[in-house]
Amino acid sequence: MVTRPVLVEARGISKSFGARNVLQSVDLSVHEGETVVIIGASGSGKTTFLRCLNRLETPDAGTVRIADVTIGQRADGRPADERELANQRRLFGFVFQRFNLFPHLTAAQNVALGPRRVLGIPRAQAEARAVQELTRLGLADHVNKRPGQLSGGQQQRVAIARALAMDPRVILFDEPTSALDPELVQEVLDAMRALAAEGMTMVVVTHEMRFARQVADRVVFMADGRIAEEGPPETLFGAPRDERLQRFLRHLEPQRDL
Amino acid sequence: MYFDWNVVTYAAPLLAHGVVMTLQVSAVAAVLGLLLGLAAGLASLSNSVLLRGVIRLYVEFIRGTPLLIQIFLVFFALPVIGIRLPEFWAGVVALALNAGAYIAEVVRGTVGSIEKGQSEAGLSIGMTRRATLMWVLLPQAWRPMVPALTNDLITLTKNSSLLSVISVYELTRAGQAIIATHFAPFEIFLLLALYYWALISALAYVSRRIERALPSW
Ligand SMILES: Nc1ncnc2c1ncn2[C@@H]1O[C@H](COP(=O)(O)OP(=O)(O)O)[C@@H](O)[C@H]1O
Ligand SMILES: [Mg+2]
Repeated sequence: MVTRPVLVEARGISKSFGARNVLQSVDLSVHEGETVVIIGASGSGKTTFLRCLNRLETPDAGTVRIADVTIGQRADGRPADERELANQRRLFGFVFQRFNLFPHLTAAQNVALGPRRVLGIPRAQAEARAVQELTRLGLADHVNKRPGQLSGGQQQRVAIARALAMDPRVILFDEPTSALDPELVQEVLDAMRALAAEGMTMVVVTHEMRFARQVADRVVFMADGRIAEEGPPETLFGAPRDERLQRFLRHLEPQRDL
Repeated sequence: MYFDWNVVTYAAPLLAHGVVMTLQVSAVAAVLGLLLGLAAGLASLSNSVLLRGVIRLYVEFIRGTPLLIQIFLVFFALPVIGIRLPEFWAGVVALALNAGAYIAEVVRGTVGSIEKGQSEAGLSIGMTRRATLMWVLLPQAWRPMVPALTNDLITLTKNSSLLSVISVYELTRAGQAIIATHFAPFEIFLLLALYYWALISALAYVSRRIERALPSW
């Protein structure tokens, strides 16, 4: 892992909403094939940080580089226009807490929409690929159902397939299991675990500590808009140094399944 | 009170001619108004400040002035700059311009009310704002738009009676002509009201059918 090249590099990301400084100069590097798990109390800025990475939110300061692209900049250093930015944004896949599937489209159409409308892939080809991605996520029987006909766990897997279909370099997950009934959490975590094992680069915001322990190459603890501590899961969970992290882990203790 | 049934039986079939004209002028204006309103509504959601400003101005102007004045402007003012339209088309243009502004607001409001997560999901897979609008937001907006659009088209149909002032021989004008020769304003206006009512009811019925036929999720 150490020898892998850096794929995503965020430097000095700051963001305020009004008077509230939500992110204060956050730095994070993610290596090719690495799974980074971000933990932290609610309101510590985890979602905002992920959204700054793929420019759903525009940071007030800082830069995000992915491979040889600086998000928001063209190769010649001038500001990217909207179309260019859209192209850069799809280097990141994004999986939302509440799935955000397109309710008017079937699972296959949800997955095929990006390839068709962004990459210009013909419909038949895009839908064949979509069925392939859905099958890989165990949804072969559900390709023609609309989101409203699927369980939360199935919907979130469709959302993962939708991200995968764009061949992103890295996938950002924002609490992908927080909106799910407890019995549906595992199927989504299993899908993510399989992705990590296949070498997908992932940044995962989650409260699932068992997943973090087992799958993360590195865990990042955010507090008050900063990275307070980071390291391999054994160190971070086994010997936390930051006092806020210690408190955070103690609070989780009762509900942690080991 | 004296009610002249003879004039009613005499006028009822004559007014059918006016009904046809009302339907024609309203239908053509409705189609143009819908297209204009859709285009203007989408433009008001675009990135372009200039485009949004122009649409804003158009909508404010239409909403801030009486339709009667707008009709006169199209009929009497356009010829001054060299555009002379026959009564029918002047009427169509005035009604379409008027309805287009209200429809633009419906389109803008409905598309804008679709949950923010939808456009963010579109952006997250590399779509531009425009592509998100076309493929994600608009398809979800059709059905919730139908009731408000129906209102606007009903208003348009009722407003077509104002075209009598520029001598479009629609229902109201046809009625006025009969009143002028038979002096039975009560009977004729009552008849006109019933005709309009029937027309509008039919329109509302069709709209409910369309709404039900559109998919929901
Ligand atoms: N669009 C926004 N406008 C105003 N405040 C926001 C917005 N998004 C997030 N915030 C605020 O920023 C802080 C961090 O939010 P968030 O990044 O969602 O934290 P987390 O994901 O760690 O719970 C919260 O106090 C939240 O209320
Ligand atoms: Mg969050």
